[in-house]
Amino acid sequence: MPRRSIAAGLMAAALLLGSLVAPAFAAEAFIVVQSTTSTQNSGLFDNLLPRFTKKTGIQVRVVAVGTGQALKNARNGDGDVLLVHAKPAELKFVEAGYGVKRFDLMYNDFVIVGPPKDPAKVGGMKDPIAALKKIAAAKAAFASRGDDSGTHKKERALWKQASVDPTKASGKWYRETGSGMGATLNAAVGMGAYTMTDRATWIAFKNKADFKILVEGDTKLFNQYGVILVNPNRHKHVKVKEGQAFVDWLLSPEGQAAIAAYKVKGQQLFFPNAKK
Amino acid sequence: MTSPPPERRNEAVLPVEALGITLRRNGRRLLDDVSVLFDGHDFCALMGPNGAGKSLFLRVLANLVTPDEGTVRWNDRLPDRRRAPKLGFAFQKPVTLRRSVRANIRYALAACRIRGAEGRQRTEAALALAGLADLARSPARVLSGGEQQRLAIARALAVEPELLLLDEPTANLDPASTAAIESLLRGAAYGGTKIVLVTHDIGQARRLAETVVFMHAGRITETTAADTFFDAPTSSAAEAFLAGRLVL
Amino acid sequence: MQDFGAAFGEAFRLILTLDAGLLEIVVLSLKISLSAVALAGLIGLPLGAVLAVVRFPGRAVVVTLLNALMGLPPVVVGLIVYLMLSRAGPLGVFGLLYTPAAMIIAQTVLVVPIVAAIARQVIEDMRTEYDEQLRVLGIGPLGMVRTLLWDARASLLTALLAGFGRAIAEVGAVIIVGGNIDHVTRVMTTAIALETSKGDLALALGLGFVLLVIAVGVNALAMGLRRAAARGAYA
Repeated sequence: MPRRSIAAGLMAAALLLGSLVAPAFAAEAFIVVQSTTSTQNSGLFDNLLPRFTKKTGIQVRVVAVGTGQALKNARNGDGDVLLVHAKPAELKFVEAGYGVKRFDLMYNDFVIVGPPKDPAKVGGMKDPIAALKKIAAAKAAFASRGDDSGTHKKERALWKQASVDPTKASGKWYRETGSGMGATLNAAVGMGAYTMTDRATWIAFKNKADFKILVEGDTKLFNQYGVILVNPNRHKHVKVKEGQAFVDWLLSPEGQAAIAAYKVKGQQLFFPNAKK
Repeated sequence: MTSPPPERRNEAVLPVEALGITLRRNGRRLLDDVSVLFDGHDFCALMGPNGAGKSLFLRVLANLVTPDEGTVRWNDRLPDRRRAPKLGFAFQKPVTLRRSVRANIRYALAACRIRGAEGRQRTEAALALAGLADLARSPARVLSGGEQQRLAIARALAVEPELLLLDEPTANLDPASTAAIESLLRGAAYGGTKIVLVTHDIGQARRLAETVVFMHAGRITETTAADTFFDAPTSSAAEAFLAGRLVL
Repeated sequence: MQDFGAAFGEAFRLILTLDAGLLEIVVLSLKISLSAVALAGLIGLPLGAVLAVVRFPGRAVVVTLLNALMGLPPVVVGLIVYLMLSRAGPLGVFGLLYTPAAMIIAQTVLVVPIVAAIARQVIEDMRTEYDEQLRVLGIGPLGMVRTLLWDARASLLTALLAGFGRAIAEVGAVIIVGGNIDHVTRVMTTAIALETSKGDLALALGLGFVLLVIAVGVNALAMGLRRAAARGAYA
């Protein structure tokens, strides 16, 4: 009797396992997209992907990590399409032969948000360089992604232009969270610190407390997203047909219109700018 | 449990022989050059004061403890695991498995590859013999101490051992339970099982034993017929033990 | 404290309306963690039993290692499994990364040391009680392992339960090897992490309450089984 129940238990476990593992081997059409936390946290993909899947029958599986990690994952061949926002790194990726070709896809912009008390008095400024200088001078708390993401790369570039090396103050007023955009925003709100975020994540973010956008509107804060098909010459398992279909659709008038149509609280989050 | 199984010659453990067994722990000689030969069918009581080394010696015979010096031989060969079931053992505190009463007996039989119809038949026979048929489906661990000891002994007897070693099986039991176990042992001895019983209970030894082996301070001081032993012990230690004096 | 109230509200709303999205996530979480625990049981229980019964040189080292591995950070496990399953890794050809199978593997790796270490402790205790009795019945090491595994079943359930608790609650490993892909590899913990990073703390906490309810349910079930076993003095 006990032996039989053990056998039954094992059988059930085996069936359970089988049912879970089987889909991994099934020839179902899907692609893996390595992308950034901003595109996921803002809700864009939830809106975009069902349309593509409905049209083509191809399922899109999004792995949302920082741009730096997304690039590394794609370099390892763990993805078919790369959708990130760090143009210099993307071009290097393609140059090194890991990607087929890079296309401009859409843009939005970065903003600097902070507490209403605004200890560094940057509210209303346009130029982020000047604002960062003031923050550094005031030694006001600033939360950095610190994760080599697209946003982090951009932020570091701005500090450089401001001739400030904030990492010297790391752990003091400059605080690197090493996390995604949402987690960093949570941390910034918790600490009453300034931080730089893409506008899309900020608008969709629900834990703003009394934080406000303080710096915005300068061209230096431009945030360009690109899309790249991972090179099948490097990783021959890359689903070229399905991946290319996704890239093509995103760049097509239909995909571009879908990006433009995504709004949160009446605000458009991403602005399509694929070259016709 | 009467006729020896056909494979007896091959499986035999009797005679069980101990030669010059010495066992030291922390510089003390717990067993000191002990030699003995157990054969035949007589009911043997192994007696002696506390700390004489009886339990330890029993374990050496059963190949549970390896002595520092000397050898144990089962039917002229060194002990081996395959023949172990032919040498039954019942502990002072019975070890029953966390299963039903019936499953405990089936387990011992299965260990001897006795399964199927014969296994079932022998299981029921053992249960009936030990008076546990009504409790067959009960978890063994909820049984009383006396019932558990009966089960342990019935389990040891189910595989029809040639020799059954018992280490004070009734030490913790009430008179009724003790009586039940004594009759179980008498039946087994009558059926041809050689029995060696370690006991402190002089009355019990008088009731059951045909021969007595007396141990004192890690040595065997005398081996005699029971009647002789109880009437006229030859060693002073045995005499003191029987008289109820402290044996030092 | 407003968040707590809202979180309770969310949790009740999610449960009462049998939110389809939630149901999918809960079912996937259970499937993955139960599979991982089943696999970890198949590996860890015999492993623990063998360590408890068989004496061999280096055993103490293995036992110490096993106890240490119980505290392995999930992120490290996730990273190791990622490196193995990545297309660039040795097992990349199977294409398991970002699938439930990868998550099961990671959680299995995480849970095996827990199950094995607890099983070893439990079985070693029982072995001291059973050892002589089984040896006089002529039971060898393998038979002893089997007997002890069965007789310790009530306590071993606790080992599996501890493993399940670890598996269902961890986020570090599954988010790396699963990728938190919607409808494919999104489980309770990764969904909580995602909602937290979206700043939707009420929904995240609500999901946390649901997770708690599941954990309590599974534990209650196991405790019931254990109590039934104790009544039969099998524990």
